[in-house]
Formats: sequence, C-alpha cells, structure tokens
Amino acid sequence: MKALWITLTFIVFAVLLGAPVVRIAYGAWDEGWSGFSEGLTRPEAVHALMMTGLIVVIVTLINGLFGVMLALYLVRAKWLGPQVKRIMNSIVDLPFAVSPVIGGLMIVLLLGPDTALGSLLDQAGVKIVYALPGMVIATLFVTFPLIIREVMPVLQEIGDQQEEAAHLLGAYGWTTFWRVTWPSIRWSVVYGVVLTVARTLGEFGAVLVVSGNILFKTQTATTLVYEDVENFNLTAANAVALVLAACSVGLLLFMEWAKSRRAS
Amino acid sequence: MHVEVRGLNKKFGDFQAVRNVEFAIGKGQLIGLLGPSGGGKTSILRMLAGLEKPDTGDILFHGRRVNDLPPQERGIGFVFQNYALFKHMTVAQNIAFGLEVKKWPKPKIKERIAELVELTGLAGFEKRYPHQLSGGQRQRVAFARALAPEPQLLLLDEPFAAIDAKIRHELRSWLREMIDRLGITSIFVTHDQDEAIEVADEIMIINKGQVEQKGTPWEIYQNPQTPFVASFIGESTVVENIASLRGFEDAASWPGTRALIRPEYVEVGQENEFILLSATERGRVSHVHFRGSEWLVEVQVGQIKLVTYRSLEKSVLKPGDEVRVLVHRAYLFNDNDNWVMENKLKQEDPLPVHI
Amino acid sequence: MTNMLQNRWWSWGFRSAVLLYFVLLIVFPIVGIYGQSLSNGWSALVANLTEPIAWKAVILTAKLALVATVVNALIGTMAGWVLIRYRFPGRSLLNSMVDLPFALPTAVVGLMMLLLLGPRSEIGKWADSLGYTILFHEPAIVVAMVFVTFPFVIRAVQPLLEELDASEEEAAYTLGASKAKTFFRVILPAMAPGIVSGSMLAFSRALAEFGAVVLVAGNIPGRTLVASVYIFGQIESDNPAGAAAVSVLLLTFSFIVLWIVNVVQTRRTGR
Repeated sequence: MKALWITLTFIVFAVLLGAPVVRIAYGAWDEGWSGFSEGLTRPEAVHALMMTGLIVVIVTLINGLFGVMLALYLVRAKWLGPQVKRIMNSIVDLPFAVSPVIGGLMIVLLLGPDTALGSLLDQAGVKIVYALPGMVIATLFVTFPLIIREVMPVLQEIGDQQEEAAHLLGAYGWTTFWRVTWPSIRWSVVYGVVLTVARTLGEFGAVLVVSGNILFKTQTATTLVYEDVENFNLTAANAVALVLAACSVGLLLFMEWAKSRRAS
Repeated sequence: MHVEVRGLNKKFGDFQAVRNVEFAIGKGQLIGLLGPSGGGKTSILRMLAGLEKPDTGDILFHGRRVNDLPPQERGIGFVFQNYALFKHMTVAQNIAFGLEVKKWPKPKIKERIAELVELTGLAGFEKRYPHQLSGGQRQRVAFARALAPEPQLLLLDEPFAAIDAKIRHELRSWLREMIDRLGITSIFVTHDQDEAIEVADEIMIINKGQVEQKGTPWEIYQNPQTPFVASFIGESTVVENIASLRGFEDAASWPGTRALIRPEYVEVGQENEFILLSATERGRVSHVHFRGSEWLVEVQVGQIKLVTYRSLEKSVLKPGDEVRVLVHRAYLFNDNDNWVMENKLKQEDPLPVHI
Repeated sequence: MTNMLQNRWWSWGFRSAVLLYFVLLIVFPIVGIYGQSLSNGWSALVANLTEPIAWKAVILTAKLALVATVVNALIGTMAGWVLIRYRFPGRSLLNSMVDLPFALPTAVVGLMMLLLLGPRSEIGKWADSLGYTILFHEPAIVVAMVFVTFPFVIRAVQPLLEELDASEEEAAYTLGASKAKTFFRVILPAMAPGIVSGSMLAFSRALAEFGAVVLVAGNIPGRTLVASVYIFGQIESDNPAGAAAVSVLLLTFSFIVLWIVNVVQTRRTGR
C-alpha cells in the first residue's frame, strides 16, 4: 500500500512539477547556445531584466521597512486598540485574495491619467500609471503581506518580556529594537525578503495592466515573456523564462538551506 | 519611607485588578506580596516598575511621585518569572546591558561584571548563552543583570515559580542571604506561602486586588485580621457550629459566627496522653494518612470533622479508634468582627499542671 | 529628558508614516474599486455583470476552478500524507519541490504549459490520438490552475498530520480498528480542516489566476475566456467600468473565502 502511494506521489510530482521545468530548459536551448544568449542579450531583454531588477530593489526596501514596522505595531503597540489591531490584521491578508489583474486595475482607477489624482500628478510631471512608479506601487500592493506574515508570528512567540527587561535597564525605543528585538526577528525578515524578491520577480498580471507593457520603457522580464509568446518568438521567451525560473528556484533553495542551517 | 503607595487602582477591561491599595515600605526591607493567582500582586509590582499605568493613585519613591516616570528612569531592578534573559547574548553581555545603556566606561563595566559574577556564583559561565544554562543558573543571571546598574529597589515577580522544587529551596536561601548582604529594598511576588514566610521580613497578603494584611509572618499567623488571611496561612478547617464544641459554648452568643481551626490548634490522643483531660471531648478517628514526617489524622467530633497532625513518636492511631480531642483555640469570624477564642475549659481546669 | 522628547517625535513620525502607508496602499485601492464599480449606480453594475460574455466568463472560471480544486484536494491530501508519514529517499527533495509553484513567475508557468501541452509535444500528440485537444481548450486551463494551486492543500494538511498524536491512532488499533478504518474515522477527520481550508484557498487562487492561464487558454469569449482575462480585456478596450464590475464580484467572493478560512483557523486554535 505504502509503496503504491509513494510511487503515485513521485509520478504526480514528476509530471506536474518536474516535466514543465525541464521543458523550459530544453526549450531555451532549442536553437543552441546562440539562440539562448541572443534571447537574453537583445536590448529589450536587457532593459526588461534591468527593470525587473530595479523594481525588486525598490519594493524590497520599502516593504521591508514598512513591513517590519507594521508587524511590530500590530503585535506590540499599546497605542492601538485590540479591535483596531484585529481589523488591520485581516486587512493585511487582503492582497493575497486579490487577483493580480484586479490589483493593477485598482491602481489604474485611482491614479490613471483620467483620474483627478493622476492628472494632477501628470501636470506636475510625475507619471504614475504606464511608468515606473505605478509598477512599483502595484508590486508593493501584491507583496505587502509577505514580510509582515513572516515577522508577526515570531514576534508573538518570543513575547515582550525581553523588551520589558531592556526598558527596565534603561533602554529606549531604538536601542531596545536594535539590541533586543532585531536579533530575534532577523531571520524571519530574511525569509520575508526572499519571498518578496521571488514574488516581485514573478509578478505579471498587475504589472502588465499598470505598465502598458511599453517596449523599452515599462517592460519587465515577465511581460517580455508574454509579449514574446504572443509574437511566437518562443526561443527568446524561453531564454528569459529560464533565467527567471532559475532565479526563483535558486531563491527557493536558498530559503531551504537557510532554514535547515538554523534548525541544526 | 522608601516606597509608598496611595489609593492605587487598576482595571483591565471590566476586571478590577487592583482596588484602593495603600502601603509603605522602609528602606532595606524585604517584603513579600503573597496571595492567590489573579489576586493583583503582579499588577501592583508592574505598576511600581512602570510597566503598567495605574488608573488612579500615587506611587512615591523617597517621597517623590514617580507615576509619570517611564520604566527606563525609575532606577529599579526587575527579575521576571521566566528570566527574560536576552537569548542571543552571553551571560556577560546580559549583565553588561544596563551598564552599556548608561554609558559606563568599558573598564568599569568589566569590573562590575566580575563583581556580580562572583556574587552570584556564576564564575566561568560568562561566555555561555542562556540556552546552555540550567533554570537556576538563568535566574541567577537575571538577578545579576538586574543588580548591575546599582538600583535602589529590587522587584521580583515569582522568581522561583519556573524552577524545580529542589533547586527552589537552595535559591530561596541564597536570595535571602544576597539581599541581606546588599541591603537593597526588595519586593517579591509569590503565591507560595512557604516561600514568603521563609524569605520575607514582612508579608502583604493580597487578595482580589486588596491588601488584606501587612505584617511579619508571625504576626499574620498569630493575629489574622481577616478570614481570608486566617484561611490562607496554614491549613485550616472551617467549622460552622463552633458552639457545639466543649469549651466554646460562649460562641453561641454571637449568632452567624463561624470558626477556623488550624491543625496546630487541635490535639488528639488516648486519655493517658492528656494533662487537661477535663477540657477534652470524645472523638472517633475517621482516617489516618502517613505524611513522611508525621501522621495526618482526621477525627470526627460529633458532627464536626477536624484535622490535625500527630507525632510519629506517639502510639499509632487507626480509623475507628475512640480518642480524646482537645481544641486549644479557634479563630472566630462573622460579618462584623473576628478574633481568637481560647478554649474556656483550659483555664478552669482545677489541676493545672503545666510542664 | 531630551532622550524622551527625541523619542516622542520619532515615534509619532514612524507611527503616522506606517499607518498612512497602510491606509493608502491597501485600504484606499480596495475602497476605490468598489466605489468605481458603483459610480454609475447599482443598475449599471448589474448590467455590466449580466453581459453574456462577462457572466459566462465568471461561470466558466468557477467551474474550472472547482475541477482544479477537487483534483488538488485529492492529490494534495495524498502527497501531504506521503510526505509526512513515510520516510523514503528523495522525500526532502519532493517536500521542497512543493513550493515550486509559489516561487515560479506565473508567466513562466504559462509558457511551460504551452510547451508541454502543445499539439507538437508528446502529451499533446498523445491527447490528440485520444481525440482530445488540451492546449487552448478547457483542459489546459485546468492544468494551469492545478499547477499554481498545488501547494495549498499540501501545506494546509501537513501541520495537522504532524500535530496528530500517535497515541490517537494507537488507541484505535487497540480497540480493534483496522488501518483503513482508523484512517477514515480518526486520521481523515483530523486532516479535514486542512483539506477544507487548503481547498478554499486553492479555489480562491484558481479563480484569480491570470498569468498562467492567459497564455494557454486561447481566450475565446464565451468558451475559454476566464474572468481574469476578461477583466484584462476590458481594461485594454478602455472599459474600466466593465472591468471593475467583474473585479468587484471576484473580490467579494475572495474576501468571503478568506474570512471563512480565518474563522476556521481561529476556531481550531481556540479549541
């Protein structure tokens, strides 16, 4: 019986997960090394990859900072009532439930060139939708819960007694955070950051809507793949996709390794 | 007075945790806050530390009102029940923390750490991390850390609750000695009677957010001022109908009065064991339990069941035995008053032979 | 003293900044889209929703998501069980692979499915011989959905299996129950909350999936057009009201699912 289930499981994993990944690697090499490198080094690919990289950095920094702070407030702050905290807590999870396309749509509806806010900013020379800021905002929305959800359980688990002890020994806000709280949450922040980077790398729907997918201006690696497929340029699409997949898998493996190191 | 508290009140939601608490503690005293769980003792301690804000009331250190001082500025050493050691710092770093915050010069910090490590018997453990220490060792680190910045007041929240019973005893005497040596004013919270009695100069019994009584252990034992205190210290039996016992008939003149009888007040034995035989009454043994160092005897006197201890030196009693019971005194209480009543017959015995 | 004052200002600064960020980034857009969908009144909203292409897309998405969820409930329960209860070579590798769908970009997933299921691939040819076309038809959508929601049920079931006390099973055996009976009467009920909440999250995600589906679905209105692609189409055709209407429907549904899962979780931990 046991052997049956194990074999079945292996088959499912091989077919469902293994085969597709292998296929991508295969496809990227359809026209050999030159095909692969061409797909990657063409100017639109370089630009798209850099765009993705830029968004990754910006989003990780912003959501890292605000995420950790919000997690701290939601778990420790005495100045927020428990009811308020509960409501905020449920709201934090909302981006998980929102389809990426809808996420992009919301940004366009609020800040698009036809809206009050959007046209105002446009006149000031700041373009949001169809430009980098809009893409950043859409990605911030989509990745918002990731770091918070990693940090909060850890904060809850370690309890606030160490922090109280630090206060009684004379330490104020920053000292207490840096010397007592941060060492305890450091790793969960790392996990959250890794998840955020992976998610940002892969973000597609929201960015597609908000960016307009303008070649050389607002195209990211994922929207480039989309465009390549639509244009039947499969080898090139594969090349970029492989790079993305490799990064994502690499991040996943890094997380596993980091977790197993901590456990030992 | 070193620490004074006036009219302290604290509510958590609908629950009144601390109700109009007032007390004063002199410099160098070791006070135990004793009482059942949920009674408010920890809340009082935390308000003294500045970790909670009282709803109303004043807290004064050396006559100065400290309500608005944050915990950082109160000059207090606090020892938590679960140690609250900084897990990712070594023993030495834990102890040094308060001093680094106060920006002491490095050599002075080193010196102080060495002093405290010596004092708390942790020599050789300076580079260890909390998870490499036993419970007793961790608590000593917590103690050292709290004392490092030379606080004026030491607060301890059930410091031994999380420690194994055997180590607890050793730590208790160690703590007592340490505090005596340093002469630092200390207040500790416990729900363990024996601990309070053993360690503290004076005890405050706290129940339902109120101070029931403050005094030395002996005072509290001898003169309990409320029924709660009487029943809390030691083990007692509540007797509804005290007037039915020989020597206590006078109690009938106060209707609605109940009594608390401590095992120590009751003597049980064969006729030949009693000098004041005329003051005894008949009883029948219902149960005996061996307690390691004595017998626990449950004896039925008429409608009343009494509990007492019997030395191992005396003859062994069995359930069903007819015995004589002498009740020396009882603690009586009703809605208005409470007092200790001696067995009248003891005084009227014609042949008082006191050895 | 100055330390305290300094601290005060910093605290207030941080608090307002973080709260502002929270409200502007999350609360605002969600409120905004609900507002937009109702901007022309309730009847306009209903009209947008009852457009044949719109509601057909919604129904189709719901149907296919349901199929994908059932598939994942079954495979997920099995895989979760195997990964926790059995020890075998390759176990930790498989366990790490479970998270793969979470890590991969959805567009990449779409491309993978495209290549794997196309008429020129092995699977495509095999299906062709059986008379089925996968790519650009409903089956492809289901496959894409199954892939992206694969981890949900597994990851929901595993902790429950880990928590399960071995002594509960042992008690059942000593009372005479066979392995199968014990599984159905003792173990499965313990896993049930995980299967249910995992399935609900999977369903919710499958409904929302865009990237993986848009590349393999064919997107023929009324036939293989799912809700998320419909919304995208409406945006591209400059019909934000239509897009907002269906979005609001999907959102409301997802929120309800999220809330139910939350309630189930808290009841579990409260027990």
